[in-house]
Amino acid sequence: MAISNIEVAETPLVLYALRRADDALVLGHRLSEWCGHAPMLEEDMALSNIALDLIGQARELYSYAAKVEDKGNDEDKLAYLRDVRQYRNLLLVEQPNGDFAQTLVRQFFYSAFADLYWRAMMTSRDTTLAAIAARSEKESAYHLRHASEWIIRFGDGTEESHKRAQVAIDHLWAFTGEMFAVDDGERALIHAGVAIDPGTLRGRWLTTLSEVASEAMLTLPQNDWMQQGGRSGRHSEHLGHLLSELQSMQRTFPGLTW
Amino acid sequence: MATPNTPLWEVFIRSRNGLAHKHVGSLHASDATMALQAARDIYTRRGEGLSIWVVPSSAITASDPAEKGMMFEPAESKIYRHPTFYEVPEDVGHM
Repeated sequence: MAISNIEVAETPLVLYALRRADDALVLGHRLSEWCGHAPMLEEDMALSNIALDLIGQARELYSYAAKVEDKGNDEDKLAYLRDVRQYRNLLLVEQPNGDFAQTLVRQFFYSAFADLYWRAMMTSRDTTLAAIAARSEKESAYHLRHASEWIIRFGDGTEESHKRAQVAIDHLWAFTGEMFAVDDGERALIHAGVAIDPGTLRGRWLTTLSEVASEAMLTLPQNDWMQQGGRSGRHSEHLGHLLSELQSMQRTFPGLTW
Repeated sequence: MATPNTPLWEVFIRSRNGLAHKHVGSLHASDATMALQAARDIYTRRGEGLSIWVVPSSAITASDPAEKGMMFEPAESKIYRHPTFYEVPEDVGHM
């Protein structure tokens, strides 16, 4: 790597925005990996659209994090010049695409949360976050519908599609707990009305999942042991590979522009 | 990728209130719901639409190109059918 990492002064609000930005960027990048490879042209476009929505959300959140931090960083530096241990995204979103079912189950788990989360965040006392939420909510609502329809068709489709969807659900389940966890810094933001408590969304999130799973004749796991670590920079081995691709251009040719 | 599981659908988009739905293209999807989603993702990415119709391509009955002489040529010589002898007031808008 030809250029060193930036330092980020992670005050609670900077870290809060950075975590959501990293979620959106990493998941957006994962979906972009399908571009040109999806099982049908229609889905190639659909997944790329969702990727672009997420990368758009990431840009706004990074810009806001950089503005709040006020140390001369910007959206590009935050995206391209932090290494794995500095990334704060959920472990769920960095998991590999796997097959089409795994990609859509990952999207379903995340979008079912994001839809509720952004809708709730529209009442944030932080006007920038509330504005980002208002835009992101409509996008997430569609992402959820898109993924839900696929889950139903996998589950209620062929024996093979049912099996693949169930395997993906069982595999990714342990990564969902992190979405509802908060630390002390976030608790203070919740108390101040800047953030919402994600724990309050879990019941409705489960209801969404149960309704779709039931229509799809798929089973949600009962185990509640959950993986965590992404929010504090302890990632699975997959994120490093993703970032080396995402960041290769800026690391090789610092400051390069199109 | 035409397979028995993903038949062809024709897509119609209405771009503004007051205009008619217009044929924009086709796509493959397993059913009407998926066709509507795919239409949204493929044909309204740049803000083209306010409303989408999808119709199974198999539901469309088309004229036979071999019969175009009989079907269309007789109309070509009847210019008096064109409403060119009076002006439509601007307030009328789209007709």
